[in-house]
Amino acid sequence: MLIRRPTDILPSEITSHSQYNARREWLKAACSMGLIAGLPGLSACEAQAQGAKLAGVKPNATYGLPEGEKLNKFDELKSYCNFYEFGTDKTDPPANAKSLKTRPWTVAVEGEVLKPKVFDIDELFKLAPLEERIYRFRCVEAWSMVVPWIGFPLSALINAVQPKGNAKFVEFVTLADKAQMPGLRAGVLDWPYTEGLRMDEAMHPLTLVTLGAFGEVLPNQNGAPIRMIMPWKYGFKGGKSIVKIRFVEKEPRTAWVKAGPSEYGFYSNVNPTVDHARWSQATERRLGEFGKRKSLMFNGYTDQVASMYTGMDLKKFF
Amino acid sequence: MAIHLSSLRSPTQTFVQRTKWLLILLGMLPLARLAVGFPLSWLGANPIEFITRSTGTWTIAGIAITLSITPLRKLLNWPWLIRLRRTAGLLAFFYACLHFTTYLWFDRFFDVDDVIKDIIKRPFITVGFAAFVLLIPLAVTSKNSIIKKLGARLWQRIHYLIYLIAVLAVIHYWWLVKKDITQPVIYASVFAVLLGLRVVWKMRSTRTRVKLAAPPVTKGSRS
Repeated sequence: MLIRRPTDILPSEITSHSQYNARREWLKAACSMGLIAGLPGLSACEAQAQGAKLAGVKPNATYGLPEGEKLNKFDELKSYCNFYEFGTDKTDPPANAKSLKTRPWTVAVEGEVLKPKVFDIDELFKLAPLEERIYRFRCVEAWSMVVPWIGFPLSALINAVQPKGNAKFVEFVTLADKAQMPGLRAGVLDWPYTEGLRMDEAMHPLTLVTLGAFGEVLPNQNGAPIRMIMPWKYGFKGGKSIVKIRFVEKEPRTAWVKAGPSEYGFYSNVNPTVDHARWSQATERRLGEFGKRKSLMFNGYTDQVASMYTGMDLKKFF
Repeated sequence: MAIHLSSLRSPTQTFVQRTKWLLILLGMLPLARLAVGFPLSWLGANPIEFITRSTGTWTIAGIAITLSITPLRKLLNWPWLIRLRRTAGLLAFFYACLHFTTYLWFDRFFDVDDVIKDIIKRPFITVGFAAFVLLIPLAVTSKNSIIKKLGARLWQRIHYLIYLIAVLAVIHYWWLVKKDITQPVIYASVFAVLLGLRVVWKMRSTRTRVKLAAPPVTKGSRS
């Protein structure tokens, strides 16, 4: 005789995909509001959600508010963005980057290194103590802000992977996912967006692996979960939503150099005496101000960085 | 109230007058948005840039609207549309003045030396400034009394400048965008159609005139 046994799991008991995801969203939201941040076993959700406060961040006194400067508003950073993967208008990224999934996220560090490694993003959050640094931020379009970034010096990551002697440059490759990034449909740039630094620039203490701003995790539209900030260079040098860091022997051809070699150089140091091919770099508009300020050589970081470029013709290596 | 389509062929004087006022009213909306939006912070983190872009865009749009009146008039067979053309053109000039003032004030802070240097040094400023300067004689000669004084022929010749101005304006836009040329391409295409139609019509009318002047010799040929 055949005995019919009920199936162990009723179809109605199975959590649907959408329900599962909805719960994840709820957990994220709860995390961000600090409701369940302290619960054990939920540490994976730390720093995941947009708007989540970053804990244990120490202000680095060396990089406090520069004299005579005022912090810009977080809103200005979040609402006025160049992130072409989400559209070329300044207001496109805030509107389109909401759907960017920043977890799971890995950053592959590879190339001419002794210890290549694929880092999980949460591992990177713990690689070095997170510090807050207030930097001037100068866009190649002649506007600027003053932003309290959160991160750690790139040198900490470089030391962890041990570059070989022939590693002369570092290349940053950023996410190019058509499903998440509507701007990729336009062939404005040669995707994925890539950037690069010379090894000494990469090792420079100012060079910041950036994971947050204004006390929170980096907003999606500003390059979450991980981007680069080099305050003496034009903003576009800091690749956003980085997925790969490659150590190479030859100077990498970066996205903007490919797009306009006569307008954008590999170095792209802030330099009021070398104009963009079409517009002046002598002055800039600080967001929130009506007047225009005189732009500063190396964006005001001459003392720290000028020695890296001694003997170089900065008109040629712009 | 339903307006019968055929009545739009030859509407009343009042209707034309009201349409003109409606056009002026609509033409003031972009300015109203800036005027209201500025104190209320609707214009984003860089309001000066927003105003510069907006007034520039509406100048080009105004030129496109002005240039579309003649083709529309022919295609719809609404001859009275011509009476809106001057209003549209003056609106375009109005936004060009706002655009130039924004540049002069908030970008150069009335530093005339600096402005001259900028005009000479930066090709996109050069063509933009040229387009603006060329608009001035068109605006100045828009009064009926001046048109009479100049005579229709000379007036028409001066106003052919609008085609050059349209081209310069698009080049100005094209050269200033960083990389994404979508918007200037859209305006370039609109102008290409509007100017192309005129070329086609001109060629056709020349052909007809030639035919009329020298009727075909062979019998039975179609004309």
